[in-house]
Order: sequence, then structure tokens, then C-alpha cells
Amino acid sequence: MPILEARGIVRTYGQVVALDGCDFDVEPGQVTALIGDNGAGKSTLIKILAGTEPAEGGTVTFQGERVTIHSPSQARELGIETVYQDLALCPHLDPVNNLFLGREIKRGGIMGALGFMNRKAMREQSIEAFQDLGATVRTLSEPVGTMSGGQKQSIAVARASAWASKIIFLDEPTAALGVVQTHNVLELIKRVRDKGIGVVLISHSMPEVLAVSDDIQVLRRGRRVATYRTADTNIEELVATMTGKLDEGMVA
Amino acid sequence: MSVDVRTEEATTLMNTEQMSLWKRLTRIQAAQIVLVLVAIVIVFSVMAPDAFPTVFNLRSIIVNTSIFAVLGVGATMVIITAGIDLSIGSVLVFSSVVAAKVMGLMGASGWGTAMVGVVVAVLAGSAWGLLNGFLIAKAKVPAFIVTLGTLGMALGVSQVITGGIDLTDVPGEFVDAIGFGDIIWQVPSLTVVAAVVVILGSILLHRTRFGLFTFAVGSNAEACRRVGINVDRQLIWVYVISGACAGFAGILSLAFYQQTTIGGQSMTALTVVAGVVIGGTSLFGGIGSIFGTVIGLLIPVVLESGFIIIGVEAYWQGVVVGIFLIGAVYLDGLRRTRSMRGGSGRKPTSRQVGDENLGNREKDG
Repeated sequence: MPILEARGIVRTYGQVVALDGCDFDVEPGQVTALIGDNGAGKSTLIKILAGTEPAEGGTVTFQGERVTIHSPSQARELGIETVYQDLALCPHLDPVNNLFLGREIKRGGIMGALGFMNRKAMREQSIEAFQDLGATVRTLSEPVGTMSGGQKQSIAVARASAWASKIIFLDEPTAALGVVQTHNVLELIKRVRDKGIGVVLISHSMPEVLAVSDDIQVLRRGRRVATYRTADTNIEELVATMTGKLDEGMVA
Repeated sequence: MSVDVRTEEATTLMNTEQMSLWKRLTRIQAAQIVLVLVAIVIVFSVMAPDAFPTVFNLRSIIVNTSIFAVLGVGATMVIITAGIDLSIGSVLVFSSVVAAKVMGLMGASGWGTAMVGVVVAVLAGSAWGLLNGFLIAKAKVPAFIVTLGTLGMALGVSQVITGGIDLTDVPGEFVDAIGFGDIIWQVPSLTVVAAVVVILGSILLHRTRFGLFTFAVGSNAEACRRVGINVDRQLIWVYVISGACAGFAGILSLAFYQQTTIGGQSMTALTVVAGVVIGGTSLFGGIGSIFGTVIGLLIPVVLESGFIIIGVEAYWQGVVVGIFLIGAVYLDGLRRTRSMRGGSGRKPTSRQVGDENLGNREKDG
């Protein structure tokens, strides 16, 4: 039973049809890879489901109920978090403040009402969140802008998993990372999945997709053209599906 | 990754937390600029031991910095959001004109009148701040242009109201107590009032969620939007605070000069911005402190006072402050390219203290 079902999602940008009646499913406790060639509509689909862009048509069913996700805040209330390609961290803030950005723990009583934060609790919970995932964070007191790409991505993933109760979307989380860092982030993704959260991974790296996902949904020209169990497919088949060669009968 | 390794990492996090306090202090540009200020004071004190380090001279230095410091509180917050507020000098004039008008109608005497003047001045300043903030956040007009526009508008309206002639309707009690008075001994009331504003502003900026959001919006506004922070509202509030500070500075200026200063504030915004930047606040947003701003504002005043005392023409102050300003922005640029590059696999240059504890982490990240 999928936790989220998108059916017939439509989104156009002027003359360009980004999503042309796209379907998509997210299963809890599974890594679902979302793949497709450039312009297939992957990022647009994620933005719609994360509430940063409106859909022009189609339906979204979340936990058996029809929903319209019209803002990032609403998506977060539903337990949906997104890790964006460009990280979306504040480079001048430390990992704790980034982890809690927009969800700071206030102090009790009148101090809290005046906007004072409980930094101690925030820091302790951050340490817990990073440990929980084995995230590699060098220090909690320096701006994340001074950290490596892998550490920043670890913080972004840890933030999403700390708050997501249902679904995490990851838009090319390893695109800018080296081999070791990519490995660490993929390990993180598996741990998030093991918590029972539905993980959606956009990636252009087929070996990565095959290594970490449980099933794979392929988009082409704004539609879902195939769904595979990862164990039952291979790179050749995926590439052929993405580029449309399968339809044209060029691959047996 | 085994459980043991994770436990070790947790310990590491705790240790670096304790060890990095001194490192953090020394890396704040404000701390470096304090050393510059101390050096300047020592040089002048050695060159003119009888005239420079006197209570009278120090009192006049802090008095001359006080009104700028009030303006600097709002200006620092604005610049931390990567904005700019060029209108503060004109808003100061406008607020003092409106306050003087109202106090004049009330008879220009008594503490009650003075308090009404304070409220009127702060509200008048906030109104300009609200206009600035709304145009910048909602109409998406660049802050430089909006506040350049309101700079001209606020001054123009002030001139229309007064016909260009300065008003002098300030209660004498207020002038004596706030403008010239001392709280105790040689501690000027004006400076104490300004210090209260500075301290409240610092607490707001560095200790509350409002302050955190101010830094966050300046650091990455898009990231803030994505986590649901109301970026527009934050920006509007920051410009309202800047306007309110200018309004309050307007009533302090009335108390100090006993009249409005319609023709005298054309350089004020630039002086304050220079102080903010010399104090280590980055024009690109996300970095800064009000403490640094106060030090940055003291430097020009100390230089001017020192030059006069040692017999150098005071005009040199502008030259030296200009050099400081350019130097500060140059250093900020160096700092940014050094520490905010954030590429993958790069060894951070800031690793000095506590490295031995971090040895086991080098292979990650």
C-alpha cells in the first residue's frame, strides 16, 4: 500500500509541458529511485509533491486521503521533507541552527515568548540526530559554509530525516560529491529507509540507483513509462527505457 | 559504520564544542578591530599624554559616537540581511522635525511633552522603515534604490514642513537631562541611553530567534523560504527597526543640538555604513555584530579627536577612515573566498585548535 499516490499530474511552463499526466508512487520503508533523462520532469514532480510549485491537474493521495499540497510548510506538516540539489542550507549558520531552521526550540515561559531559544536542547537533539544516522559532522559550532560538500549534504539529509515522519525527497543528493562522500550519503539514505520512511531518490547515476533503491520508476517526457523492482532490472534496460529505445524496439 | 565509531564521533562533537570558544572569539573580525582601536588610542595617548587620554576628551568621544551607535543598531541588522538603508540620515531629520512640531504645539516644555516627542519620533521613523521594507520585500525594488529614494523623500518632506528653517521646540528639561546631563560623575546620559539601545539590539540580534532569522535571511533567503520562514515579513521588520532607530536617534539629536539638523545629516548614512563595515559586518549578508559596529563607529571619532589634539589637520580623518573602510571590505572578501568556498574534499584552513581530537574524522567528509 503506497503512502503517497500521484495520478495524472500536469504542469506546464508556457509552451513547455513538463509533466503530462504523470503518475508516481511512494512506498513506506523503501527507497524509490526516480530516474529519467534531462527534462523528463523529475525535479518538477518533486517540487509539486514538496509544495514549492502548484500542479495544474491530477490528484495526490496521501495515506489514503486526497490532499492538495500548496506550500512547503504544509508538506512538512504532512511529514514530507525535501533535500534539494543546491542544499538549501544557510552557509553562515552552524549545523545546529541549520538543523532547526524554522523549528527552533523556544525557552519556557516569558523568555520563550520573547523569542529566546533553548540552545542547549537544540544542540543535544542535533547531536542525537547526527548520531542516529552516523552523519559525519566535524563540529557543531562552525558555519556549515566552511565544511566540505559531503558534510553539508550529510547535514541536509540529517535535517530532512530528523523531521520527516513519512517521506523524504532527495534531488540528486550526490551530484556534487566525491566517491567516499557519495558512499556516506548512500549509507545515510539506507538508514533513513530502515526507520520506515519512504525515500525518493532522484539520480543520474545508474550504479548508485541499482545499489541503493528497492524499486525504480522511470519518467520520460512528463510521464511515468515504467516501474521496475531493482532486483529484476539492469543498467541497459533502465537506459533504454529512459531514452525511449525500448518503445522503438531497438533493444530486445 | 560500527556503533563504536559513532560513539567516538559523539565524544568528538562534545570536545570541539568546548575547545572552540577561544578560537571563535579570536576569529570574529570585531575582535581584531578592537585591537586596531586600542592601538590608535595608545598612539595618540603617547603622542599627547596630557591632552588625549583625559576624562574630558574621552567623554566627548563617546558622546559624539552615541547617536551614530543608535543608528548603527538598525543599520547592522539591515546589512546582515544583505540589504542597505541609505535613508537613515534623512529619516533622523524627518523624525526630529515631526517631534519638534508636535512638542511645539504642546508648549515645548515638561517631561510629558518630551516623552510624547520620543514616541512620535520613533513612530515617524518606523513609518519610513515600513515603507522601505514593504518596497524592498514585496515590490522587489532593490534596497539601494528604495532607500536612496526615501533619503530624498524624507529630507524633502522635512524641508517642506519647516520651509528649510530648523525648529528649536525642545523641552529644556529634556535637553538638560539627556542632551548634556550626566547620569553620574562624567558618564553622559546620552551615552547611557544609546548603550541601552545597543545592548537591547545586541540581545535581539544575537540571542533571539528574530536575530537568527535575520542572519539566516542574509545567508540564504531561498533556504529560509523552503523551510517556511516568512522572509518578506522578516525583511520588513528589519527595515522598521532601522527606521525606529533613526527616529530615536532623531529625538536624541534634538536633545543634543537643541534644534533639528535639516542640513547636517547628508553624510550620516554613509558614516554609519562605514562604521558597520569596518566593524566586520559583511555587505554580502549573513555575518556581523552590533558590538563590531560600535567599535567601527568609534574609530573615525577617535581619529578626528586625536588628529585635532596632536595638531594634524582633522581633514586627514576622512582619508584614514577611507583606508580602513576599503581594508575592512578587502579582508571580508579574503575571508569569504577562504572559508565559504565549500568545495568537496577541501581541507579547511581554519583547523588549528583541537585538531588532535579530530584526527579520526579526516577520512570522512
